[in-house]
Amino acid sequence: MVASALRRAVTIGLVAGAAALYVGLVGLVEAFQPRNIVTGYLGLGTVMLGIIAFVAGYRAGAPMRVGRGAVAPLGAGPILAASLLAGAIAGAMLGALVVVMDAVNLQVMLVSASAGLKDALMFTDDAISSALVLVGLSAAIAVVAAALHLLPERIRRPITWSLVTVLLISMLEPIVRVMLVQLDAQWSFLPFGELANFLYLRGGLTLTATIVLLVLVPIVIVGWANRDRLRQRRERREPRDDELIEDIADTTTRPRERRRLTTSQMIWWGLFGLFLVTAPFILGVRLSEVIGTVGLFVLLGLGLNIVVGYAGLLDLGYVAFFAVGSYVTAVLTSPASPAFAPELSFWAALPFVMVAAALIGLMVGFPVLRLRGDYLAIVTLGLGEIARILFLSDWLAPWVGGAQGILRIPPPEPIGRDPQQLYYPIVLFCILAAIAAWSLANSRVGRAWNAMREDEEVAEATGINTTKYKLLAFATGAAFGCIGGAFFAVKIGSVFPHSFDIEVSINALAIVILGGIGSIPGVILGAAVLVGLPELLREFAEYRLLIYGALLVAMMILRPEGLIPNRQRQAELRESEDDDDQYASDAGAETGEPVITTGAAG
Amino acid sequence: MRLPERFTLTDAILWTIRIGVLTFVVIGSYLTVSQGLYAQSAWGSFITAGIALGSVYALIALGYTLVYGILFMINFAHGEVFMAGAFTAFFAATALNDIGMLESNLFVSIPAILLTAMVTSLIVAVLLERIAYRPLRRAPRLVPLITAIGASLFLQYTFRGLYGARPRSYPTLEILAGDFVILGMSIPRTRAIVIVAAVLLMVALFWLVERTRTGRSMRAVSEDKDVAAMMGINVDRVIVQTFAIGGVLAGAAGILYTLMFNQVSAHMGFLPGIKAFTAAVLGGIGNIAGAALGGLMLGILEAVGPYLLLAGFGVPSPTQLKDVIAFAVLVLVLVFRPNGILGRQEGT
Repeated sequence: MVASALRRAVTIGLVAGAAALYVGLVGLVEAFQPRNIVTGYLGLGTVMLGIIAFVAGYRAGAPMRVGRGAVAPLGAGPILAASLLAGAIAGAMLGALVVVMDAVNLQVMLVSASAGLKDALMFTDDAISSALVLVGLSAAIAVVAAALHLLPERIRRPITWSLVTVLLISMLEPIVRVMLVQLDAQWSFLPFGELANFLYLRGGLTLTATIVLLVLVPIVIVGWANRDRLRQRRERREPRDDELIEDIADTTTRPRERRRLTTSQMIWWGLFGLFLVTAPFILGVRLSEVIGTVGLFVLLGLGLNIVVGYAGLLDLGYVAFFAVGSYVTAVLTSPASPAFAPELSFWAALPFVMVAAALIGLMVGFPVLRLRGDYLAIVTLGLGEIARILFLSDWLAPWVGGAQGILRIPPPEPIGRDPQQLYYPIVLFCILAAIAAWSLANSRVGRAWNAMREDEEVAEATGINTTKYKLLAFATGAAFGCIGGAFFAVKIGSVFPHSFDIEVSINALAIVILGGIGSIPGVILGAAVLVGLPELLREFAEYRLLIYGALLVAMMILRPEGLIPNRQRQAELRESEDDDDQYASDAGAETGEPVITTGAAG
Repeated sequence: MRLPERFTLTDAILWTIRIGVLTFVVIGSYLTVSQGLYAQSAWGSFITAGIALGSVYALIALGYTLVYGILFMINFAHGEVFMAGAFTAFFAATALNDIGMLESNLFVSIPAILLTAMVTSLIVAVLLERIAYRPLRRAPRLVPLITAIGASLFLQYTFRGLYGARPRSYPTLEILAGDFVILGMSIPRTRAIVIVAAVLLMVALFWLVERTRTGRSMRAVSEDKDVAAMMGINVDRVIVQTFAIGGVLAGAAGILYTLMFNQVSAHMGFLPGIKAFTAAVLGGIGNIAGAALGGLMLGILEAVGPYLLLAGFGVPSPTQLKDVIAFAVLVLVLVFRPNGILGRQEGT
């Protein structure tokens, strides 16, 4: 038992070491180091390495799996020994990197093995002693993490949450600080400005603020937990039968009865509405612009969500719709349009954009109607690339400007291009799109899409015209994408073919996947996280796509239904497919047996 | 027997597209040829370039086809496996060049570079299977595809982070500069070497699949995994071997590709990857001979197509549109003949 725990610790240590070497050599540590977590003491780069050691230690101290579905917790001794071993191995690998970097110039090949990385890793002047420090630190962090297993849940949770909170508040400095400063400007009699100065210094938390938060958060959480427990005790009772039936009914797509909002829900919605209306002034120009960009991707995400989430057609060329929306707007409104320049206003052009959207949706939709899922994905990818190359080519340059694009797109009257103003139409359209998507999902059309996605042949047999509904999905998705494109064009004021490469499609896809396939709140969350955060945290910009890629893989493996799952999709994604061509390799892994604990701790 | 189905609107539109494409090809070629825009030697050069390029596509396409034949998944990240080998071997080549071995000991240095590329690609392909795809064997079909797209992005930006964003140029070799003259036709040496090397590798693969024990278990697994497992074949191992073989071929393809184009970067794998997938589908995915044939056809189409089909219409700088031709082939093949040229047709 102890021996196997140690063996596992060695594996975990090696994996963690490889992960640490990876984030170092791929340049993440150096790129993120300038972002202060605790100003003057900790940079994000160091924190990333620390998190790796932490996770390694925590995993090394986790209960062992003994046989099928049963786990056994380790005793205190083995936990400490295993985590020490795992942490030390990970640290030693990183230490070896420091020594090697000190001896030879790795930059000939690995460009990120730079002085910046060395600075982040060397705590002393000498490479050997730095390596030893790394081993020690890593082992210490791992042991601390593993010690969490020895603590009861009641204590463990506040500790982890206080660490997470500190990290989040520090990382969200660009948002929180700006909000505090803006609030201070509005109501100077409240100590918002002082709070901002207390919390932050040069982009990170101050040391005092960190300590205060580390103490305060656990207290709040413990207080909250006690309150919850009291309430639970009051409310603990068996669910009635009719409630169970309702639960089951909820998972089907029966159109739900209109629910009455409770008073507290109404208040929350009211506050949310108020926030949306006043947001540009609370958040300032910079954040309003970020919200505008996020809004564009919410539109894209909602549109792609209809195609992928509702109809189940994986479209990898979604950027084509976005591009067409932008270019139609540009050609119709800009005086600089090369061949045909009617110079319409933005609002007059919008109906044409919608018509173009529907047409292009049908154009893409028709040829791909009969394709199987994965082929459809590749064909749409090809169509998206064709669109980009055509917009870029000399051949179409007399109409759409080629590589020079189309400049001087007028802003929508009477709003102008000020981000604090442009915010309103974008958010308005996002809300309209969300309502439209929601109504579609809960209508006859949405149910037809559901049926089609789950089994096309059965759907057809029950009288659903799959051709019609597929085309409808493409056309609706295209309309959303094109409106997003139209706003993109007026927001930037010019269009270039380079803005429309496959990254946009992947971005939209990542938003849908992260949030939860088929889930509208998920799309909004996904756009906020995947588009908003990189806009704010500039350090991420260069590694955005690296993170998207890792995220797509991780989500598919760990949580394919996304962060805010759509219940029905969750059920579909979790079920294993019984096709003949699917190889059942580890039948035991998905049976979901209850976890049995054998033996007591210690 | 299948009854004739109703002729729907979709059919009408698909037929219109078929006829449109055919008319376009015929008129375009007629216009170009009748105007005599290019000399005969130019056409010869386009074709040899196409064959060389096509044999590289064929090598990459084999990786797609092998994996598809066994797992029924599109390994979208295979283009990055190709890139990983070529990009890593660049450093081996420059190191050898720096110590002066590259020119003087050609028969040591070239295999060393090739080996670096093949081993790197092999490692990347096997890790990819182990980390990203194996946990998803039983998932619905689109899940591994999305994973593969994620893995593709991840690998691109990983190598960009490791080796830097700027493209690098392989050291050039004097020996490879000139032309060979075969049967009165001159062909650049690099192209000839690429074609010969690709043919040798493909022959080796045929031998491996048809004659060895590994090949036989691969064929068995692609036929039916459960039965193969019952016959005592370690299916997991066969899958790893398949990825490994695909990786080795992609690594070799990477070196051949750099022989022709000289430059490597982290994003070099994306387009050849998609084109090789097109080639695999064109030949009939899952079919090894099909991948080779599809690769050649696509290479030639891409090299000759812009001149033959577009120049006649007076399209300015037709080579800009060579990728459009490749993608159009992809779309048309998938729409009209998803089983490819040599693939089994539906219903059999």
